[in-house]
Amino acid sequence: MSTTPAPVPSTREAVIIGGNRIPFSRAGKKYVRTSNQDMFTAALEGLVARFGLQGERLGEVVGGAVLKHSKNFNLIRESVLGSSLSPTTPAYDVQQACATGLEAAIAVTNKIKLGQIESAIAGGTDTVSDAPIVVSDRLRAALLDANHAKTTGAKIKALLQVRPKDLAPATPSTGEPRTHLSMGEHQAITTAKWGITREAQDEIAYNSHQNLARAWEAGFFDDLVTPFKGLTRDDNLRPDTSPEKLAKLKPAFGMKLPDTATMTAGNSTPLTDGASAVLFASRAWAEERELPILAKFVDAETAAVDFVHGHEGLLMAPVAAVPRLLARNGLTLDDIDFFEIHEAFASTVLTTLAAWEDEEYCRTELGLDGAFGKVDRSKLNVNGSSLAAGHPFAATGGRIIATAAKLVAAKAAETGQPARALISVCAAGGLGAVALVESV
Amino acid sequence: MTDSYLNLANGTLKPVFKKLGLPQPAILRRYRPGSPLTVGPVLVVSDDASAADADAVAKILSGWDVDVRRSPETAEGERFGAVVLVLTGAETPVAVSAPVLTVAGTLRRLAGNGRVVTVSRAVADGDAPVLAATRGGVEGLVRSLGKELRGGSTANGIQLTGGAAVDSASAVVTLRFFLSARSAYVDGQLLPVGPSDAAGPVDWEQPLAGKVAVVTGAARGIGAAIARTMARDGAKVVVIDVPPAGESLAAVANEIGGIALQLDITADDAADKILAAAKPLGGLDILVHNAGITRDKLLANMTADKWDPVIAVNLTAQLQINERLLAAGVEGLRIVSLASTTGLAGNRGQTNYGYTKAGVIANAAAGAPVLAATGGTTNAVAPGWIETEMTAKVPALTRTVARRMPSLGQGGLPVDIAEAISFLASEPASGINGQTLRVCGQHMVGK
Repeated sequence: MSTTPAPVPSTREAVIIGGNRIPFSRAGKKYVRTSNQDMFTAALEGLVARFGLQGERLGEVVGGAVLKHSKNFNLIRESVLGSSLSPTTPAYDVQQACATGLEAAIAVTNKIKLGQIESAIAGGTDTVSDAPIVVSDRLRAALLDANHAKTTGAKIKALLQVRPKDLAPATPSTGEPRTHLSMGEHQAITTAKWGITREAQDEIAYNSHQNLARAWEAGFFDDLVTPFKGLTRDDNLRPDTSPEKLAKLKPAFGMKLPDTATMTAGNSTPLTDGASAVLFASRAWAEERELPILAKFVDAETAAVDFVHGHEGLLMAPVAAVPRLLARNGLTLDDIDFFEIHEAFASTVLTTLAAWEDEEYCRTELGLDGAFGKVDRSKLNVNGSSLAAGHPFAATGGRIIATAAKLVAAKAAETGQPARALISVCAAGGLGAVALVESV
Repeated sequence: MTDSYLNLANGTLKPVFKKLGLPQPAILRRYRPGSPLTVGPVLVVSDDASAADADAVAKILSGWDVDVRRSPETAEGERFGAVVLVLTGAETPVAVSAPVLTVAGTLRRLAGNGRVVTVSRAVADGDAPVLAATRGGVEGLVRSLGKELRGGSTANGIQLTGGAAVDSASAVVTLRFFLSARSAYVDGQLLPVGPSDAAGPVDWEQPLAGKVAVVTGAARGIGAAIARTMARDGAKVVVIDVPPAGESLAAVANEIGGIALQLDITADDAADKILAAAKPLGGLDILVHNAGITRDKLLANMTADKWDPVIAVNLTAQLQINERLLAAGVEGLRIVSLASTTGLAGNRGQTNYGYTKAGVIANAAAGAPVLAATGGTTNAVAPGWIETEMTAKVPALTRTVARRMPSLGQGGLPVDIAEAISFLASEPASGINGQTLRVCGQHMVGK
């Protein structure tokens, strides 16, 4: 634990005022031909309307998209210009795979804590339905050569390198560049390694749908979601799914592994389109405007694992990040009221929990004295998570932060005691980002 | 929904329509900030006993840069923009004759979109029968004249109650409303106006400046028009609609610099959420209960799933919200609720809707003293046929007939309702309480 820095005592707080997202939609459905910019602008507009931010110059708007075309080099700034915010609001793009949204929040809250800005929006957007199509490397090389060629002859010669098969576009993929394995195949290896059962995964998926459906019914999302393009709820949500129905699905990943394949379309997140945005500020900025303060964005930690050489599972970085985050803040798992663990796959949640309970693993891999601890399942993703809501990569962080902030605010109001939420998001590239949210 | 007949009758075929004796609805002049109050000079007429009040009215008008005339003579080709008939002092029917006949002589010189406004005293308990007849008669005069006027002109009346002065704040704001293009679709109506403070300075371009208004059902149609109009008039607006309507609600909020609140108004905590949403803007001043639904069915075929939601949304929700707001100690609240001509006259297939709208009218009347005790008011506005997405779904023939029924020969626009609400919610209108103002182009149904 020598790498964990001591807590920095003297900075001011960054508070969460509220969030907004559009309903998430399965790829190829409602948001077909809707761009990342359209979706993020819509998420911003809903947030602006909720808090009356029209014409306001915010400190910064930060966000990104995982599947992003190079023409969208200023995606977030362009979205700001298309919104009702003041055009003098600066913006920039970030990208950290599925942790993009959370990383954006970490960036803006740090600036708020340092006093560099007073207010900010962080979020993200992703579309699989409108993903950029990439041409083959050979075609790209030929086109670039032709462009650089000085004479017509040289241009023609360059283009003549192109073969018919080069014209086929490269399919958009979330496969790992270094292993050429999809995320699902990677997680299947981790799942098998930890011996996670099909039933346990289906239970996580079932709970996710049940919890999200209950939250929708209770109006929990009334002030967190603004309808878009006629969609009023997440359309991946299956309130009527059952353990029996989930048990009938065929495995989708890990079929080539020696162990029985357990990961199905039901206990893995579907490809999804959507966008989310969260409003952060200094306490003074919020109070001056009499805006509600839901929670504090206390602290965050990122981690990475060596998955390339097979030492660790691709999506296991949060397992290392959380103990460091809690230790720095003098907390244990018992101090957490809500665990918001992103459900990339049901088994990601389960391998994470299993690792923390494993004494040997915690000693050798995390450098702890013993097992990190057990997560109380009744505190896990209580209002559903990505298996039910869907997972538009960069938009997931914003969805989780807003949900967590509202949960701790409600719990603190009910009990009169401080409430804390732990957010954990795994990401491609063996990355992970985690954060701590606390009631005010 | 375009009214093709209205467009045709005002297009190149206008003479043909006239020759055939077909109804000729006019293009109504509607309010634009900065435009003149009336389309021409304003004549003030009165009986002898009302001369002092007529002078006071003339003085008010002069303060508005209006060309005030006390004599019906006009230059060749000149047309009056409005005629104000002051009868506050009249005590016998005979006393009314001379000024009424003076008005009669000016009607052919009344400009299109002209106005006739009477200022009289309402019949009160204990009035001598002759006095009551004199005052009560004005109502029949105004309603009949409304039906007679053409070219978008209207006749409306101010009925002073409780000894209200003609130059009190509320009488003045009502006079201005009836004279202006804001009352384009108000015709044949008499509005009782009670006592209020003496008229002070008013920014007539921004009558709601500094006020915070909450409008329910504001994602589209009449509600969106109310929100836009109140914002135009200077108010900060919280717009409310059910969560599924959130996309257009956010668009309305962002258009007017307001706050969008996705809320089911039938929820138990709706009043708390309304108060919380209005707080950052400075606290709740004006509440417009506009949200309403229809589930039309003949009573013989009525079921609970058609009856109950209409009652819950159109009536119970606002009763509960009002009650909670008053219990929370909100003071000076100005409430305006959307009633309907259906609430006054009934409509086949709308027993549920009619029940709620008549209930709204009764609630406004009964709530008046309660609100008055806290320095507030509660009133209702009853729209007639208004061109909205909702009425666009009505079968074409029914729609065409409905449009030709009112004296003004056309449907109203959402903004017409909004103008009336903005007027009733404005500070000087504090003497108007418990009333239902019809905005129906003088529809034939009901009173």
